[in-house]
Amino acid sequence: MSGRGAAGSGRGLLLALLPALCALPRVRGVEEGPGSAHGHSQGFQVVTFEWLHVQDPYIIALWILVASLAKIGFHLSHKVTSVVPESALLIVLGLVLGGIVWAADHIASFTLTPTVFFFYLLPPIVLDAGYFMPNRLFFGNLGTILLYAVVGTVWNAATTGLSLYGVFLSGLMGDLNVGLLDFLLFGSLIAAVDPVAVLAVFEEVHVNEVLFIIVFGESLLNDAVTVVSGCPEGSGAWHGASLCISRPLATTFPASQRGTRPSPASSVLLPSRQPPVSPAVRPPRRLSALPPGSQSRTPLWAQTPCRPFPSPRREQPSALGLSSGGAARVRQGPWSWDTRPPLLPGSQGGRTLGVVLQTWVLNRYRMVQLEIIDQVVMSYGGLRGAVAFALVVLLDEKKVKERDLFVSTTIIVVFFTVIFQGLTIKPLVQWLKVKRSEHREPKLNEKLHGRAFDHILSAIEDISGQIGHNYLRDKWSNFDRKFLSKILMRRSAQKSRDRILNVFHELNLKDAISYVAEGERRGSLAFIRSPSTDNMVNVDFSTPRPSTVEASVSYLLRENVSAVCLDMQSLEQRRRSIRDTEDMVTHHTLQQYLYKPRQEYKHLYSRHELTPNEDEKQDKEIFHRTMRKRLESFKSAKLGVNPNKKAAKLYKRERAQKRRNSSIPNGILPLESPMNNLTIKEKDLELSDPEEAPDYGAEVGGGIEFLASITQDTTATDSPSGIDNPVFSPDEDLSILSRVPPWLSPGETVVPSQRARVQIPCSPGNFRRLAPFRLSSKSVDSFLQADGPEEQPHATLPESTHM
Amino acid sequence: RGPRHFNLELLPDAPPGVPKEGTDLLRLYHRFRALDRNKKGYLSRVDLQQIGALAVNPLGERIIDSFFPDGNLRVDFPGFVRVLAHFRPVDDDDSGMRDPKQPEPLNSRMNKLRFVFQLYDLDRDGKISRHEMLQVLRLMVGVQVTEEQLESITDRTVQEADEDGDGAVSFLEFTKSLEKMDIEQKMSIRILK
Repeated sequence: MSGRGAAGSGRGLLLALLPALCALPRVRGVEEGPGSAHGHSQGFQVVTFEWLHVQDPYIIALWILVASLAKIGFHLSHKVTSVVPESALLIVLGLVLGGIVWAADHIASFTLTPTVFFFYLLPPIVLDAGYFMPNRLFFGNLGTILLYAVVGTVWNAATTGLSLYGVFLSGLMGDLNVGLLDFLLFGSLIAAVDPVAVLAVFEEVHVNEVLFIIVFGESLLNDAVTVVSGCPEGSGAWHGASLCISRPLATTFPASQRGTRPSPASSVLLPSRQPPVSPAVRPPRRLSALPPGSQSRTPLWAQTPCRPFPSPRREQPSALGLSSGGAARVRQGPWSWDTRPPLLPGSQGGRTLGVVLQTWVLNRYRMVQLEIIDQVVMSYGGLRGAVAFALVVLLDEKKVKERDLFVSTTIIVVFFTVIFQGLTIKPLVQWLKVKRSEHREPKLNEKLHGRAFDHILSAIEDISGQIGHNYLRDKWSNFDRKFLSKILMRRSAQKSRDRILNVFHELNLKDAISYVAEGERRGSLAFIRSPSTDNMVNVDFSTPRPSTVEASVSYLLRENVSAVCLDMQSLEQRRRSIRDTEDMVTHHTLQQYLYKPRQEYKHLYSRHELTPNEDEKQDKEIFHRTMRKRLESFKSAKLGVNPNKKAAKLYKRERAQKRRNSSIPNGILPLESPMNNLTIKEKDLELSDPEEAPDYGAEVGGGIEFLASITQDTTATDSPSGIDNPVFSPDEDLSILSRVPPWLSPGETVVPSQRARVQIPCSPGNFRRLAPFRLSSKSVDSFLQADGPEEQPHATLPESTHM
Repeated sequence: RGPRHFNLELLPDAPPGVPKEGTDLLRLYHRFRALDRNKKGYLSRVDLQQIGALAVNPLGERIIDSFFPDGNLRVDFPGFVRVLAHFRPVDDDDSGMRDPKQPEPLNSRMNKLRFVFQLYDLDRDGKISRHEMLQVLRLMVGVQVTEEQLESITDRTVQEADEDGDGAVSFLEFTKSLEKMDIEQKMSIRILK
């Protein structure tokens, strides 16, 4: 269990307090009698059970303990959770607990009041939702999500309500004191898809991320719509709607950005009747400036004003809600069989129809199409949850006569969807997928080339900017990087935030280590260890050892060219058996070691399991390789090798002193050094890095870009005459970009002096000193300053070295 | 930031099958201009190398190279579109009605395969030699795989596809080995409808 789990249970514990708090007054009242009676017993009791005394903390502690144990148990028992969705387990738990409490007191002590819900359950939920929100996916698909959430939910509500009304009119439901409005209301609150349940199910089903984010986002936002549609009349509805919709957006979006230091609570969005719940976020100011919804003409929900309603995302409150539902279920008296049968098909059918229609519309506008299987999952995966229950419980008895009926029906629907649909969705999806895909074992070629196709396709997607090219998002991330990060994050956190810089650091380290190891190995005479035995630890073959692989057919043939084997039969047999094993081995190898395309390894956000490190390793390896290749091609294209590198390093240090914001990723440049087999100490590289301003954009190869652009610009623009070298004057900054380092100016071969030529490759310490082939007077001093901290005093300063 | 309404043709001489104008084309044009850092009007290799995701794509470098055929150092917008046009979804409806005299559209199955073939076949001799296949494999496989294993995998791959026994995979052999694969779906994204 990770730390996250611990924190989660911490929150859960806190939330678990609440029903206990609700339960307390009643329990205390009941216990009063026996307790007082006890006090009057005769004699002196050595041991007494002062239940009255300790019951408050005792119940709370017990409840917390039970809830956290249950949560831990759910996560540890993967076997169970892979079949049964977590929500179903929680419902069962709630039922059990409710049953226990009910049996103990014969009263149902758990009631979920609005106060409890909004004050204690909601804020952690909101925070949690914002923190774990997958930003990029969400906002990338925001249009789709909004369509499903708003239009879809309204549609669902309408169809459910209307169909129920139709059934009622036809008389099947018997004699009820309900009107169309009540049905519509009921439809609206039943239409709310619960994200928690969805999450739990989808994590098991492993749907692709687009589908996931659509359903998830829809469930996040549709609660707002649900609430609003419960207040159909009144001008306050639209105010409320904008709040309802904007608030989840406002809460989720910025809170997720700040991982390291959540900013203090600031915004107040609620309408006036209740004291505000303040989410600890930093919403964009404009959203919070929307006027709070005035109290409209009394809607059906007179007790609860139209309140923004971000849905409970965390399992604990949902667990609470569900267990309260369970407990309440135990309490409920009469069941109503009349409403149940038409309701479920009605709501599910309405949802399916709505999904199909909307998808048809959306597919005309979307890049990534939503297929049939996606639609099936979307409609079938619409699980209701705690929200629906909470909403129905908050109905006012006086306004809605058949409240109990609705409550019981809601409970039934929730149970059915969570348990039945949750259990069956996974086999359903697997069946569908299997049905769609072929059953052939793909050939080696197909596997290999198929994977190549995936890589190519994702590269083309990146190039054509289909996924990820977003002007606004870029603007925001620039703003974030330049200003917000600097204010809010510590330096070390800022650096570690940048993934590619991280990768680069690790690569550097690895390079240095391997370089040293290589040197050691070369030092010892016998390079005994063969590569195959080296890697045997990593290779995970079930049956054959690597030596078998080497006995490949071609290897055999190659080796046995000279030897003549007359017995063709045995040779053939041997070939065949080897080929079979080799087949298996090859397939296995490919399967295991082929790099995965992007879609596969980034497929789902799992909030309970930390993402595996495999994709980072893969990224690292490929990145390393790519950089090496680029540098080599860059090297070969330029005049001379060493001076460029030195100059680049020097140049980089100059800029490091400036600490300006620029888009040049200075961190890239030192990567060149290990490639050149210079004996650079790793710490040199490391030392230079902390000086740099952490303005490393996510641009890879930008350093090379800089150098290349410099060279290309020389062909395009006029090179400044002479070698007057403003590069090294400390005053210029951005103008450096447009100037030409002298060794790169065209038409001039770079001929370092004799001494420099000799000294450059061999003396690691000196390389930093090199290369100001012509110094202006100012720059000498600046150089001495520039090389200040880690400078070793050099007697031989090739200052006068010029071409 | 660029003209909002693009009246003139973006592609005066469009490759076969690519529409000369339209919103998709406009979107690509904006992307082209966004990639073109210094507003040169063309893209160079470094412009494409800036795309971070390409650096962690095993075939990223080769794909970038495919934009610069014949040693060019620049690619202009028609050239950019030309490469991307290979990835249009295949139009099933006009396969029967197509004028046989016209050159095949770029997004046909053959041309898609040809594009991939050219990614593998670096020396343009029309065959993927064992060495070239080995190089591709090496790109696509993690570092834990040893040289021997790679070689054997390469051997098997070439053997599987090679029919005339010359130790190399020609284009026809290549297409034949992939005939069961749904190329149209695996190599298409919805651009340039």
